Amino acid sequence: MQTASVFSFHGGIHPPENKTQSLRLPLGRPSLPTELVLPLGQHIGQSSRPLVNIGDKVLKGQTIAINNGFLSSFLHAPTSGTIKAIEERPIAHPSGLSDVCIVIAPDGEEKWSTLTPLQDWNTLSKTDVLAYLAEMGIVGMGGAGFPTQVKLQGAHKHPLTHFIINAAECEPYITADDMLIREKTIELVLGIEALQHLVEAEQVIIGIEDNKPTAIAALNKVLSDRLSNIKVAVVPTKYPSGGEKQLIQLLTGKEVPSGQYPADIGILCQNVGTCVAVHDAIHLGQPLISRFTTLTGDALKAPQNVEVLLGTPIQHLLNYAENDSKKLKRLVMGGPMMGFTLDSANVPIVKTSNCVLAASKKELPQPAPEQACIRCGMCEQACPASLLPQQLLWFSKSQELEKAEHYNLFDCIECGACSYVCPSSIPLVQYYRHTKSSIREAREAAVKSDLAKQRFEARKARQDAEAAEKEAKRLARQKASASKSSETKKVAPKAAPAAAATTATPAGDDSKKLKIDLAIAKTKLKKLQKQLLEAQENEHTEEINTLQLQTSAQEKAVALLEEQLANAVASAPAPVPKAPASDELKKAKVDVALSGTKLKKAQKQLAESPDDAELQAKVAGFEKELADAQARLSKLSADAPASSTAATSAAPKAAVSDELKKAKVDVALLGVKLKKTQKQLAESPDDAELQAKVAGFEKELNDAQARLATLTDQAPAAQPAAANAGDELKKLKIDTAIAKAAVKKVEKALKKAEDLNSPELDTIRQQLKDAQQRADDLEKALANPNTTAPSATPTASSAPAPSQQANADKQRKIDLAIAKAAVKKAEKGILVLQEQGQDQAQIEASGLPDKLSAARAKLADLEAKGESPAATPNNAETTTAAPDEAALKAEQIKKQKIAAALAKAQINKLTKRLADSPQDADSIQLEITAAKQKQQDAEAQLTQLQLAQVTPSQDNTQENR
Amino acid sequence: MLTVLVAVGILLVLSLIFGAILGYANVRFHVEGDPIVDQIDAILPQTQCGQCGHPGCRPYAEAISNGEAINHCPPGGQATIQALADLLDVEAIPLDGDHGTETAKRVAVIREDECIGCTKCIQACPVDAILGAAKQMHTVIADECTGCDLCVEPCPVDCIDMVEVGVTSRTWSWEKPQGIAAQPGSIIATDRQAEVVH
Repeated sequence: MQTASVFSFHGGIHPPENKTQSLRLPLGRPSLPTELVLPLGQHIGQSSRPLVNIGDKVLKGQTIAINNGFLSSFLHAPTSGTIKAIEERPIAHPSGLSDVCIVIAPDGEEKWSTLTPLQDWNTLSKTDVLAYLAEMGIVGMGGAGFPTQVKLQGAHKHPLTHFIINAAECEPYITADDMLIREKTIELVLGIEALQHLVEAEQVIIGIEDNKPTAIAALNKVLSDRLSNIKVAVVPTKYPSGGEKQLIQLLTGKEVPSGQYPADIGILCQNVGTCVAVHDAIHLGQPLISRFTTLTGDALKAPQNVEVLLGTPIQHLLNYAENDSKKLKRLVMGGPMMGFTLDSANVPIVKTSNCVLAASKKELPQPAPEQACIRCGMCEQACPASLLPQQLLWFSKSQELEKAEHYNLFDCIECGACSYVCPSSIPLVQYYRHTKSSIREAREAAVKSDLAKQRFEARKARQDAEAAEKEAKRLARQKASASKSSETKKVAPKAAPAAAATTATPAGDDSKKLKIDLAIAKTKLKKLQKQLLEAQENEHTEEINTLQLQTSAQEKAVALLEEQLANAVASAPAPVPKAPASDELKKAKVDVALSGTKLKKAQKQLAESPDDAELQAKVAGFEKELADAQARLSKLSADAPASSTAATSAAPKAAVSDELKKAKVDVALLGVKLKKTQKQLAESPDDAELQAKVAGFEKELNDAQARLATLTDQAPAAQPAAANAGDELKKLKIDTAIAKAAVKKVEKALKKAEDLNSPELDTIRQQLKDAQQRADDLEKALANPNTTAPSATPTASSAPAPSQQANADKQRKIDLAIAKAAVKKAEKGILVLQEQGQDQAQIEASGLPDKLSAARAKLADLEAKGESPAATPNNAETTTAAPDEAALKAEQIKKQKIAAALAKAQINKLTKRLADSPQDADSIQLEITAAKQKQQDAEAQLTQLQLAQVTPSQDNTQENR
Repeated sequence: MLTVLVAVGILLVLSLIFGAILGYANVRFHVEGDPIVDQIDAILPQTQCGQCGHPGCRPYAEAISNGEAINHCPPGGQATIQALADLLDVEAIPLDGDHGTETAKRVAVIREDECIGCTKCIQACPVDAILGAAKQMHTVIADECTGCDLCVEPCPVDCIDMVEVGVTSRTWSWEKPQGIAAQPGSIIATDRQAEVVH
């Protein structure tokens, strides 16, 4: 046993000690209460987690709650009994609030669970011993209830110079530690030795105030008996020398820096109660289930220290200490300086309850009313933490939290010395406590609002990213559909001439083969494009590359073919004014499509890695390229129609296919006009004006058809063979144009002759008939694809008969063919659009349905014209001899035409339905196929009839003659 | 006369020099962003409730920096208004009742057995504090909930309650003392003695 040097600390007070009252009686052991209430939060940190259920039987020392996180503790049953409830009960807290408690109804048997002392504590690893201490529910018993194992772990951060045992017990009235030292000296020393083994400090000092001579003597005796090197430092009585930081300063002369812990300067401090609890845990295997508590105050007739089970209601203890309820005015948990008033005596003793002060009115009078600070400075003199209480008061009163913090408010130990000395009775500590709470709340709010902000911003970022992704996808889709439509624009002209070509080929076998080849090539191209689109949508990069290569190769081939074709067209005798221009146009379109595809690809890559500067540059480059190509294309397409001879001088749209469509519409319209005028002419053959009109219309029709021919010739390709077919087609069309021109010329001549009543009238009429016959044949060759080798050669000239009627008839046929073609084209256009998956609105916008209805109107018109008496194809043969056989035949033809028109109308309806209800696509498609079959049949019959009519009618007329 | 001209010239030269220095410093030490908006945003409670009429706290902070009134934030209450007034050196004005009243801190609680799993509240929550999936029960992460109320409106079955966060023994804080002359008539300290004698 050695004595240690003692230093001093700033400030401090000497309040009346009042310690003798509770030391007059020996240690008491109250009886078991009717119930034990164990709050789950008896310590600093997270509340424990209950392990038991209501109705469970528990033994004394059995674990009833375990730690809930790092800074938490275990809880044990203080006695054997039954779990009565786990519910909210009022607890010993300054707020008077309730908390969750485990309520045990003791069975009175005090039956211990199996106790397993830690015999080999000095050989076990320290971590295991610390874990064991945690399981024994040991917390700091001096006041705060800091879990001991956490404190011991923290002490390992730095090598310890001092291990200080706090036995100062400076607060007035409290003698629990004094009594504990007296009663359990040897246990205390053993506990200290166990802890010293764990922390291995250089010095172990017990700090004790000089007002506990009995305890000091007892300690000295035990320590000298054990030849221990634990020092006892007797410090002068001064409040608050029992404060951790103050005791450290007293015993070591070191001051714990602001905001730091004693462990940071190599010092560990433990309360004597904790040391005894450690001894009980290690040497006896007993968890922390009881503690020493002082029952004192004027209101108690038998003030004393008691060893009390945790959870014992204070009322039970008051009864044990013979409480005089008349005298009791204020019940304080803890001492008069740092304790807090209890609202009720129905709160339990917890691990940190060192005193219950039942004070009379005289003992603890109501605090005097607060008065203004007179700046006497006594609080500063008393402050053991060397703070500036006055300043802190101002800041607290004005809620200047930052300044209060800056003046080290958190170093205040709330000892109450300043309030004690204040002549103005200012409850300084209460101000400080409130301000501390406010600061903590503000900090928590700041943390929470920071978290909320983070989460809000993260969510916003996520939503923005999602929106950007969606937008990028939408753009990609838009681009894809744009490039697809530009591609299909290429396909469309190809398809259109193919349709025309089907009507064109005079030599069946070759042309059929070519057509089939062409169709296959087109299908391949379409498939390729579709695959490319799919691949792009699914982001299969490798596939995209190969497909793009294939597509561009095919497109190049197409361009080459088109060039060849254009050359061929240019070298052809017919006037082809726009071939080179359209060639360039096509190239430009190909360019646009290619750069569009490239751009799409690059954008996709960019969307995947938005930070790639190279990619961005690429995209920009592609965009520029695309813009250039588009500009070129629009310029070319603007030039093209301007150079055309067409009557339509209206501003043309960009693509050739548009032009083509326009030309076709023109042709159709002109045909209608021509037909009407011719009809009128037929009624009044001598009308010069009408004849002039007919001539004008025919000329226009001629021009338009010539234009159509050139346009359709420019468009096709995709296969080398197609060039030949296109060439033939073109020649045929040119022939037709020439023939029509001839018709027109002759008609003009006829008109002149009629005007002059010329004798040449008959010859001219003959000539006209021949020319028209020729034109008709050529038209037929153009219009009827499936005709097997129609007589393209001009039929002989001997056809005098009713030339006017024949003329009208032929014209009607031509009109019909044109109208049919127009209907077909419109349908095809709609189908193509539907294949592209465009919606109804876009189809509507393309004007195709309008065209379709116009074409159908024309067809109906034509059919109305043929509403003269009809004969079935069967009786046609029986009436061959009749003089009006030609008319009958014409009627038959009309009937067939009606059938064809009906079929077409059906197809139209079905296509419309298809567009309206894509979900029934399959069934409607089937119906369409059936209707088409019907239509084809009708058309085949019609062609046969028409062919038959041309020759027999001639025969008949000859016969008639 | 010459003296005057010299003086004026010197002052002119000095002003040009300092102007150049200031101009350079303005460019060289240019502060990115709007620090006042950040400061205001730090004061706002970040409930993102939109009661101020802005989609989130930061837009309101920007609006305040552009001159909007500082009393449009009910969740922040008078404390926030005071803090904003201090920061912006304007007068603290009472909370604008049009934007709501200051209420105790609340959190949303989903009555879980009534939840149909529509995910509408999840989409409404500005801080992603609601957990759940389509056709699965949802629940509120109380610690993350800012009590903004935004999830209550979209709920088709009205199974979300706004529950006040009560004070527990861990969140309780000491009251502020009532201050000087809280008990009129007993200002003089010696009055206490007289009382005790009785």
